[in-house]
Parts: sequence; C-alpha cells; structure tokens
Amino acid sequence: MRRFASAVVSRLVIIVPYLWLFVFFLVPFGIVVKISLSAPAMSMPPYTPAFDLANGIGGLIDAVRQLSFDNYVWLTEDALYINAYVSSLTIAFISTLFTLLIGFPLAYGMARAPDSVRPTLLMLVILPFWTSFLIRVYAWIGILKPEGLLNQMLIWLGVIDTPLIILNTNTAVYIGIVYSYLPFMVLPIYSALEKMDYTLIEAAQDLGCPPITAFWKITFPLAIPGIIAGCLLVFIPAVGEFVIPDLLGGSKTLMIGKTLWSEFFNNRDWPVSSAVAVLLLLILVVPIMFFQQAQAKAQESGR
Amino acid sequence: MNSNWSRFNIASVILGFAFLYLPIAILVIYSFNESRLVTVWAGFSTKWYGELFRNQGLMDAAWVTARVGLVSATFATILGTTAALALTRYTRFHGRILFSGMVYAPLVMPEVITGLSLLLLFVSIDFGRGFWTVTLAHITFSMCFVAVVVQSRLVSFDRSLEEAAQDLGASPVTTFFQITLPVILPAVISGWMLAFTLSLDDLVIASFTSGPGATTLPMKIYSQVRLGVTPEINAVCTLLIAAVTIGVIITSVLNKSREVRRRRDEQAAYAGR
Repeated sequence: MRRFASAVVSRLVIIVPYLWLFVFFLVPFGIVVKISLSAPAMSMPPYTPAFDLANGIGGLIDAVRQLSFDNYVWLTEDALYINAYVSSLTIAFISTLFTLLIGFPLAYGMARAPDSVRPTLLMLVILPFWTSFLIRVYAWIGILKPEGLLNQMLIWLGVIDTPLIILNTNTAVYIGIVYSYLPFMVLPIYSALEKMDYTLIEAAQDLGCPPITAFWKITFPLAIPGIIAGCLLVFIPAVGEFVIPDLLGGSKTLMIGKTLWSEFFNNRDWPVSSAVAVLLLLILVVPIMFFQQAQAKAQESGR
Repeated sequence: MNSNWSRFNIASVILGFAFLYLPIAILVIYSFNESRLVTVWAGFSTKWYGELFRNQGLMDAAWVTARVGLVSATFATILGTTAALALTRYTRFHGRILFSGMVYAPLVMPEVITGLSLLLLFVSIDFGRGFWTVTLAHITFSMCFVAVVVQSRLVSFDRSLEEAAQDLGASPVTTFFQITLPVILPAVISGWMLAFTLSLDDLVIASFTSGPGATTLPMKIYSQVRLGVTPEINAVCTLLIAAVTIGVIITSVLNKSREVRRRRDEQAAYAGR
C-alpha cells in the first residue's frame, strides 16, 4: 500500500509541472507556428486558420497542401525585417561584449573581497535584479536626454558646449542593455571565481610567474564556464528585447522585438508577427540549447 | 586568500556599484522634487506622493498588479518546487530531456515570444482575456525561475535525512513536509519572492495577455513613460523600489536567523551524541 502511494506521489511530482509546461509553454509555440502559416484576415482574431484538427487526418493532409508560406516569403523580401534581425544580433552582441568588459572586473573584485564584505556585495548585485526592469530603463531617460543630468554635468564641467544627443540613438540602447543585464553577467562569473582555489595563483607566483600571466593562465580559464553562462544570459534575451529599444532607442533603432510588437499591436498583423517570432526562435535555438546544456551540467556537477 | 584585495579590485567594485546604483538613486531623489520639471531641482517636497493616491487609474492598476503577483507567485512556487523535485529526485523518466528543456528555456526566452504565444493559445481556446490570463502567463514563466532556485538548494540536500524518515515509517508526503520542506524553506521563500517581483515587473507578457479591466501597474507606467518623465512616475517607481528592497532585506534577515538557528541545533545534536 505504501509503495503504491509512493509511486502515485512520485508520478504526480513529475506529471503536474510537466503537463503545465507542456500546455502553457510548448503547445503555444505550436500555435504560433500554425498561425504564422495562416493568411491574415480582417476579423477577430485577425487570421483565417491554416488548418483545423476537426477534419481528421484526411483534412489535415489536405490542409498541409494549402499551407501558406506567404508570411515567410514576405519576411525575406522586405529588407526591413532582415535588417531588423541583423541589427538585433549586432546590438545584442556588442552589448554582451561591453557587459562582459564591465561585469568581469566587478565579479573578480567581488570574488577577491574579504569574507566579511562578500555577502553584502553579493546582495548589492542581486538587489537591482529585484527592482523593476522598466523602472531601471526609465531612470536612464532622465539622465540621457539632451537637457538631462549627464549633459548638465558635462556642460558644467566644461567638457562640452552643446548637449550630446544620446537618448533615442543606438548608444542609449547599448547603455540600457549593459545596465539592465549587468547582474546576469556578474553572478555566474562571481560564482565561478568564488569557488576558485587562490593558492594556485600563489603557487604560480612562487614559481616566478608574473601576476598578469598568472591571471590569463589560471584565473581566466577557471572563469570560462561562468563567462559563457553570463554571455548567454545576456545575449539571448537582449536579441528579442523590446522595452529598451522602445524607450531609449530612436526611430532608426531596428530591433526584432520592437518589430514584432508593432506588427502585432499597431498593424494587427498576427500571422506576420507569428512568422517573425518563429524566425527569431530559430535564430536563438542554438544559443538556447547551449544555455540549457550549461545549466544541466552545472546542476549535475553541484550534486 | 583575501589578503590581496588589490586597488584595482576595489576600484572596479566601487565603479561597478556606482554604475548600478546611481541611476536609481537619482530617480529616487528627483521623486521628492518640488518642480514639475524633473531635471531642475526646486526644493524638497512629497506632494507627488499625495498626487499618486488621488490618481484612481494608477491605484486600480496597483491593485490588479498586487493580486496577480500574489496569486501567480503562490502557484508558481508550488509548481516550481515540484518541478525542482522532479528534476533532482527522478533522474530517469520518459521525456526528462524535454522536461528540463521546458524548465530552462523560459529563463532566456525573449518575452515577446512568450507573450505572443500565450496570447495565441488563449485566443485559440477562446479564453476570455483579463486577470486570469495574465496570472496564468506569469505562473508559467516564473515557475521556471522558482524551479532553478529551489533545485540549487535540493542538490546540496543530505538525502540520508529523508531515507531515515522513511525507514522509520514516514510516508513520502509526510517526509516531504516534515523533513525536506523545512530544510529547503529558505530557497522556497526566495523563490516566491522572485516570482512575485518578476510578476510585479513584467510589462511585455502582461501587455500581450491582458484584457480590458486588467491593466497592470507596469502597463500603466509604460503608457505614461512614453509621454515623458514626470515626478509622479518617479514617485511610483520609488515606492515600488522601496517595497522590493524592504522585502528582500526582510527575507535575507529571516534566512540568516534561520540558518544560525539550524547550525546551533545541529551542533547541539552532535554534542549530545
């Protein structure tokens, strides 16, 4: 009897979250793919279904023949979309690089801090992560705008005479992404460096290795898993970012998240926005698989 | 090996934190500005906070957000904890790879995709959009964050405690509530906090899945931010930051005292042996 109860419980522990994610995470993607193959229509919902499962297998085969790839053809024909994909990838890549350049010294400094201050430093990195993304992006508008605080300060210091135009340019988008995603970069690198055995460095130095060489030969390779995790955590969401390019970027800032949003909310073209989403997902499949493997490996080694 | 916390290390930590905190500090300071012009300081005033409480639309949105946050965080914590248990306790079952993929993928999935796909699900099953659709969407993406937080605690869990309880005749359910849950509770609580703040924070997924009468605070803030920076928004943001900061500090203090007590109990147990 107890064995039976235990088997039921263990089944439930797996089945409940499994089913939930299946229904609310996986099935919706199927629907996105389906609608991306449908023709747009002026109705609510604004598309004619590509196929209906009610017609059975025969109907399904029929429907497959009629699938419309028009939306995808449309995406490849219009330079706007291709540019948006390319520029999203570029912006995300450059921002990830800058996040790494700022995040690594911060994480390294934290990992080498005295034991007594380390928990406080860790909490200080996590805290902005808890505060609203929207608020943190919004905070930069007041700083970057032409009559904003940064320009006021630079003019007061005599560095510049006329205000710099930063808001509504790609520079503002870089700043926004680096700022918003910095904790995502710092935390994995910190946890990789924190576990590091610093006697290795002492040994290297005792053997006559200069500190910089010791850093590149010992510290850096040990931090690589953290660096990879951090870069993926920044890069993947940044490619599809909407809030930052919308609030900080200008009309010339092309990013695919913004394109998807405006196709959906402004043009009300659901099939095209679904096709945009499918292509975005295809572009991100490889980095997402990498991330998932890295996560699984990290959990495995923690065991 | 903390003796050489070099000057370079200290400088990079200080600069890094200045970068992280200055924008927030400026926003908080300017929420107390007398002037409507947000970039000109005209003296200390709390009038914008008073204005907030008279803004019915904002108050309604805050109430919706609080309800969505409480409900979704609670369900996400239950589902996320079970998902974490499934991942750590059962290393072999059909579709485990798919399952772990579904747990980790939402962590990095661009929000526009999650939002769009959930909306299309709700439309295709003809589920009326509003409070519940936003809540369901929030449960789905935040349960994965809870799962990761709880899982990292579970992997360092001493399973012999559970085995001992079961050898003494406790059922799996009793074992979970008597042994496992108390030990992983700090992680479960931080998971709940994380789910709650993620929900509080979310603009994109809520915009896709919400319907009439279920405007959340971030949606309200977003529509006003597009019109420009105003002291009222600074004030709302300051209140949200304050709420989250207090919550984080309280949980970390609670966790610390729990940890200290646990260690003392363990030492007492060993000493009594």
